[in-house]
Amino acid sequence: MSAPVRQESLSSAPGRRGVGSLYAGNARSVMLRGWEATRSTNWLVILSGLFEPVFYLLALGVGLGALVGRVTTTTGEQVSYAAFIAPALLAVAAMNGAVYDSTWNVFFKMRFARLYEGMLSTSLGPLDVATGEILLALARGALYAIGFLIVMQVLGLNLSWWALLALPAVLMIAFGFASVGMAVTSYMKTFQQMDWITFLMLPMFLFSATFYPLSVYPEWIQHVIQALPLWHGVEIVRALTTGAVDVGILWHGLYYAVMIVLGLVFTTRRLRVLFLD
Amino acid sequence: MPEPVIVARDLVKTYGELSAVDGISFEVAAGESFGLLGPNGAGKSTTMRMVGAVSTRTSGELSILGLDPDGSGPEIRSQLGVVPQADNLDTELRVRENLLVYGRYFGLPRRQVAARADELLAFAQLEDKGKAKVDALSGGMKRRLTIARALINDPRILLLDEPTTGLDPQARHVLWDRLFRLKEQGTTLLLTRHYMDEAEQLCDRLVVVDKGVIMAEGTPAELIRRYSTREVLEVRFGSDRNAAVAEQLHGIGERVEVLPDRILVYTDSGEADLVRITEAGLRPVTSLVRRSSLEDVFLRLTGRSLIE
Repeated sequence: MSAPVRQESLSSAPGRRGVGSLYAGNARSVMLRGWEATRSTNWLVILSGLFEPVFYLLALGVGLGALVGRVTTTTGEQVSYAAFIAPALLAVAAMNGAVYDSTWNVFFKMRFARLYEGMLSTSLGPLDVATGEILLALARGALYAIGFLIVMQVLGLNLSWWALLALPAVLMIAFGFASVGMAVTSYMKTFQQMDWITFLMLPMFLFSATFYPLSVYPEWIQHVIQALPLWHGVEIVRALTTGAVDVGILWHGLYYAVMIVLGLVFTTRRLRVLFLD
Repeated sequence: MPEPVIVARDLVKTYGELSAVDGISFEVAAGESFGLLGPNGAGKSTTMRMVGAVSTRTSGELSILGLDPDGSGPEIRSQLGVVPQADNLDTELRVRENLLVYGRYFGLPRRQVAARADELLAFAQLEDKGKAKVDALSGGMKRRLTIARALINDPRILLLDEPTTGLDPQARHVLWDRLFRLKEQGTTLLLTRHYMDEAEQLCDRLVVVDKGVIMAEGTPAELIRRYSTREVLEVRFGSDRNAAVAEQLHGIGERVEVLPDRILVYTDSGEADLVRITEAGLRPVTSLVRRSSLEDVFLRLTGRSLIE
């Protein structure tokens, strides 16, 4: 090594780290690790996530649906109750899978298994770790979505060819929740704080126009629901599977784009503070 | 002297008001075993993290393999092996998978990693544990697996933070044996210890660190020669009497240190001084003559014992 190069590298004022020190282009290896770990330990957890929305659909959509009859969507379509809640359950499944992977799983790896500490002492950067974990959550989300879409197809609940686009839409929803979920988790220190996530998720699941149209609420509650992420997800997927697609869907998409970007920015920043301070 | 692989000058790391490392300078040559010795909280681990390019220095100069960790973190880390103080093995993976997956984090091809993993399992004496779960390993085995893992990328420098803390003597012995082998193979080692024993034999050179600054630097033999006597006589009179008896030991040995549980007499001839003590009518409960160690150097430099 020549002397001048060394002189340069020995600059006494520590410069700011560039993207080069955050990302090594190897998120793949983080995903690979997740796959190996899942293969040997978590199979049942993965499968349970596949069946949960199907049980809801059968109990509420088919069972309760027989009493409810037809429902009017936001865009004015008349659809069966099962066809009304199925897309919502699909969005919820994407949300749950992504949130579970990016919160409890990440929390455990970060605080107890100290897995990220090990990863970050290799050539991986925090952005590799964040991206890898989030993509893994997405892969799982995709698995659930495909399974559930097949069930919907069999039950005749996909009312339009647009339903094919529900798959990428669900991935976007999962991406948004995984990204934000991981960012939030990186600030969490105790199990009690983690419980708050579960506490917030349940009402969001029940009240985001999942089981009945938004119009049943007084106007101010409607605004609250419309501010929450799940409602946007439910609207997108419902529009696609019922075939009532309009321009409004782009706004819902934008909501998720913002979630994804904010989540990634905060996660990367936070991982850097936690592990590369 | 060959080109240094680590150069630190006036290295400082502060966390808010607290300065963990307060102006440390040292150089490590390729192939050298270099030790950072000091009590817990001396700033050793923080220094290790900066050298490992996972902690940004507050000020000072740092060059690892000719690169600045501020701009070249991943590039530096790709050439380092890190054995952290507490094991952070992947408990969701089995033993051999731990090595395979870790190798992939470095972006190494699968085939190469697989071959290397088998070599390293043999090196760590874990050949028959490849399919075992990590949690089923003993403490010593986990440590050896962590070292094997740190070697998966064939690093130019191996960083070991308290590598044998918490292991029983036999497991420690096996581990030091492995580290000696690495040293013989020419691997550059940087290790921290808060405990002096084996470090004396493994380290070519070391610095004694306390409260974020370097107290002394040299080879173990040099440091002992400079800061201590050839031998140490340890006498115990019972914890309530030690201090009182020490008053009467003036003139014996070069220097007397009173610790809560014993008195240390620094001398060139421990046996002769023990005779003088008993002739003076003092009867120690136990007595021991030993050679000076780095522990004594530390005590001399800081007035405190390393293990408190």
